Amino acid sequence: MRSVTWRKMILHVGLVSGALITLMPLAWMIAASFMHPGEANRMPPPLLPSQPTLENYRQLFTRLDLLRNFINSAVITMLATVLSVVVTSLAGYAFAKLPFPGRERMFKSLASALVVPAQVGMLPLFLILRELGLVNTYAGVIIPYLASIFGIFLIRQYTLGVSDELLDAARIEGAGEFTIFRLVAVPIIKPILVTLAAFTFLSAWNDFMWPLIVLSDSGMYTLPVALANLVGEHVQDTELMMAGSVLTTLPALIVFLIFQRTYVEGIMAGGVKG
Amino acid sequence: MSSALERRKARAAWVFLAPALLLLTVFFVLPVGAGLLLSLTDFDVYAIASPGAMRFVGLANYAHLLRDATFWHAVGNTLQFVLIGGPLSLAVSLGAAMLVNAKLVRMRGIFRTIYFAPVVTTLVSVAIVWKYLYHPRYGLINWLLHLVGVGPVDWLGDPHWAMPAIILLAVWKNFGYNMLIFVAGLQMIPRELYEAAAIDGAGSGRRFRHITMPGLAPTFLFVSVTTMIGYFQIFAEPYVMTQGGPLGATRSVVLLMYEEGFRWWRMGMASAVAVLLLLITLAGTLVQLRWARRDP
Repeated sequence: MRSVTWRKMILHVGLVSGALITLMPLAWMIAASFMHPGEANRMPPPLLPSQPTLENYRQLFTRLDLLRNFINSAVITMLATVLSVVVTSLAGYAFAKLPFPGRERMFKSLASALVVPAQVGMLPLFLILRELGLVNTYAGVIIPYLASIFGIFLIRQYTLGVSDELLDAARIEGAGEFTIFRLVAVPIIKPILVTLAAFTFLSAWNDFMWPLIVLSDSGMYTLPVALANLVGEHVQDTELMMAGSVLTTLPALIVFLIFQRTYVEGIMAGGVKG
Repeated sequence: MSSALERRKARAAWVFLAPALLLLTVFFVLPVGAGLLLSLTDFDVYAIASPGAMRFVGLANYAHLLRDATFWHAVGNTLQFVLIGGPLSLAVSLGAAMLVNAKLVRMRGIFRTIYFAPVVTTLVSVAIVWKYLYHPRYGLINWLLHLVGVGPVDWLGDPHWAMPAIILLAVWKNFGYNMLIFVAGLQMIPRELYEAAAIDGAGSGRRFRHITMPGLAPTFLFVSVTTMIGYFQIFAEPYVMTQGGPLGATRSVVLLMYEEGFRWWRMGMASAVAVLLLLITLAGTLVQLRWARRDP
């Protein structure tokens, strides 16, 4: 009995110290964002602001004009999320429930494409979008997010669990295939659609390399690109940069906290079956 | 009757797949193919203005890269990141998974959420945060080291420490993701196995070796392959924290590709870098798959 108590204590000490280490950078980011200029660079480093101020956040929206970048990020992320859920769920459903000759072979070749680093196509994609006049536009940023192979996998895996009898019953009632998808399948696979939406939202919001490449005008930058650009000239302004980091990362954290249950389950399901 | 139904389903399938296949073909398959061709040309800043200025140069870009010290340096840096950061991050993920999955632990959900939080943060934001944490004079990390009598270390300014510093950030940022997958894998192992082993007198070390590790083998393969593929593509961390410096110590293959392609507009050369990255990634994946198959 005593050994169980000991093990329990060791486990909890491990867990709590792990949690403190994990949270420390985020806690310091938030604390420093409320400090007065120069305060974060004192010795010993202060862990809490002595007189909390919102001045850094005001500067972000006035002097640095990050509101535009926030709006860019928001619009791009929303569009990418909605469109990609539609495109991806249709494809995932077809791979699970609508057999056709050559389906398994096509699915396998999609799977092998997951090994190809996106960077191989990035340079030609940039040139293609340049020909289409889509460089430095929202559309240019969104396009690569629209059809995700990983998303198609996720939806297919989940949709395999939908009963065929249910779909066939709707067919006998005379429903068309799209109606069956929309009215029978979608309500059942809704949890995985929410997971996919959360996934897409977070990866579009957090993405850096592609927006960096395709957006050339600072007024069009997404928040991460704008922030990476600012840190060069404002490297001394620790507190201001921490406010910018909070502004950039907070929407992602909030979306995660709202959808954490489905998001976490999606990752666990994808990993085990993958 | 049934063949009419089959035909109807097949027709619907193609309609449902059309948008995704069209997008993937035009914006993924085609560019990847074009990337292979582009790597055989001298496409540069002049060709952007007038594509007629582009010439076919065969394998000249590859020949140049394979003799180029900068390229090999970038490969070495990337391999350092993959071969040290990858296993380290798997070990931390597995440790965290076993902690949050332990029967005796209360409030597992909260710990799981905390450990996962860095995964959903914006990489650019946290790279900037860590850049300040690593500050040689004011950084929290050097101050903590100072308390135990170590340092100061010029984390991002010293070629020996810059890559380890970036690896540490990456492990912190990523371990929560694989932790979740390990938790799912651990939950698939039947509890009776552990109970039977405990009755037979197997200690926790032996239970880990003979039950946990074999039970996790498929999960392990999945996680190590996906982690490796992801780590080969490291870009934003060095871009934000060090711009590839000091002395090129953190220039990764993708950062080199970015510089060649989008800073100097040598897109033929940059494509060759990307293709070589693809080949390295494929080789790494095959090695892992073969290794896993040989292991009983």
